[in-house]
Amino acid sequence: MADQPTNEVVKIEAPVKPDAAPKPAQTQIASQPVPRKPKQDRAPEEDPGIWRMNRRNALWVGGWLAFFGFILTSTVGALRYMFPRVLFEPPTKFKAGFPFDYVVGEVSEKYKDEKRVWIVREKDGFYAIVSICTHLGCTPRWLPSDNKFKCPCHGSGFYKSAINFEGPAPRPLERAYIGLADDGQIEIDRSVKFLYEKGEWGKQGSFLAYKG
Amino acid sequence: MLTQLRDQFRKTDVYKSIFRHSYQDTQRNRALQIVDNVFLHLHPVRVPRHATNLGYTWGMGGITFLLFIVLTITGVILMFYYRPTAQYAYEDMKYLMNDVPFGPLMRNMHRWAAHAMVLTVMLHMFRVFLTGSYKPPRQFNWVVGVLLLVLTLLLSFSGYLLPWDQLAIWAVTVGTNMARATPLLGHEGPFGPELGLRPDNDVRFVLLGGTEVGPPTLLRFYVGHCIFLPLIAVIFMVVHFWRVRKDGGISGPDTGKKNF
Repeated sequence: MADQPTNEVVKIEAPVKPDAAPKPAQTQIASQPVPRKPKQDRAPEEDPGIWRMNRRNALWVGGWLAFFGFILTSTVGALRYMFPRVLFEPPTKFKAGFPFDYVVGEVSEKYKDEKRVWIVREKDGFYAIVSICTHLGCTPRWLPSDNKFKCPCHGSGFYKSAINFEGPAPRPLERAYIGLADDGQIEIDRSVKFLYEKGEWGKQGSFLAYKG
Repeated sequence: MLTQLRDQFRKTDVYKSIFRHSYQDTQRNRALQIVDNVFLHLHPVRVPRHATNLGYTWGMGGITFLLFIVLTITGVILMFYYRPTAQYAYEDMKYLMNDVPFGPLMRNMHRWAAHAMVLTVMLHMFRVFLTGSYKPPRQFNWVVGVLLLVLTLLLSFSGYLLPWDQLAIWAVTVGTNMARATPLLGHEGPFGPELGLRPDNDVRFVLLGGTEVGPPTLLRFYVGHCIFLPLIAVIFMVVHFWRVRKDGGISGPDTGKKNF
């Protein structure tokens, strides 16, 4: 396989046109044969290597490798550049006061502006709802008189349990992790989410059992 | 006396190097005037009669380009007062609208030209469709045109955030939330979670520079709106105009022979 290219080169150059007219003799000026040095920039004809490496080829390969290597690494670098390491956003995990600060039946909007989370106190305990509309990401409002969450953007409505019942929202609001910290305060992690449609609302951390 | 001065001036090297051709009304001289001018040579030297019919072309492509020029100029003018940071953006927009001399004129020209450009691009596309100008040999240019439509919409969308008011922020929140569902690239799209995508490393994160619309988003959209997207659009426009010429100028009725 390695010596195929070499053979082909010879084949292409070899054929002689049978009907080619003999070239007219050169004029007297060019008749003196000029002694020629053997060419240094080509591999010997019998060289079997596919690379047929010599100085020119090595520089050619090395040059293009360097060029594409540079382009590739700088592209990767530029792409990575677009993903910042540090975000200047509020932390997703936070403490939300003591359980006895909340009244049974209350939907607390205390952390809505800063953390985008509602804390709901039911008879048996707590759950936290992420206040991001599942339609297109607006912030719904809690309407105590209608006992529902209502999104101002496109009119999606959700029950207190976060289940959707009107408007274009395709699924219930998401619940966030809720638990008790060591110091007895409620702890919420917005980055840990529990989706109703995946049957995650019964899971550990989706509900904080509390009586009092 | 004045005529003498003028004739003298016309003989100087300065004059002759700027104005290469006389006003002689011959076919050859008129063609030379067009061909030897970098701006005019974008036009064909000869135009088929039907191409000048406004009822045929609606002039929508040209109007779109004119609006792009208006947007470029007014956009640069707005940049003298607008600072793309969350602290100043809204204030600067208000300042432009209330206190800068001719500020409202410049901003409204930019705003209305932007709205109009989306419209004219669509009408241009509609005309090209109706006249069958997307057919061979113009298929390639239709594709370039579709890319230009996308770029126009992206320019429009990215400019929408820059006033940094509630409308802008929530419109862009809604708009970029669609990127969550991008297949393979969004953290809520098909194969997204399987590939380990989270809100803080998917395609939406790149667009926003964060997990939600915030100050980094404003800066990213500003750079995209003022530098990146116009640059790409200009490149595609060059190709677009070039292809119009190379594909035989504006399409015409099939007369069975070349139009010119």
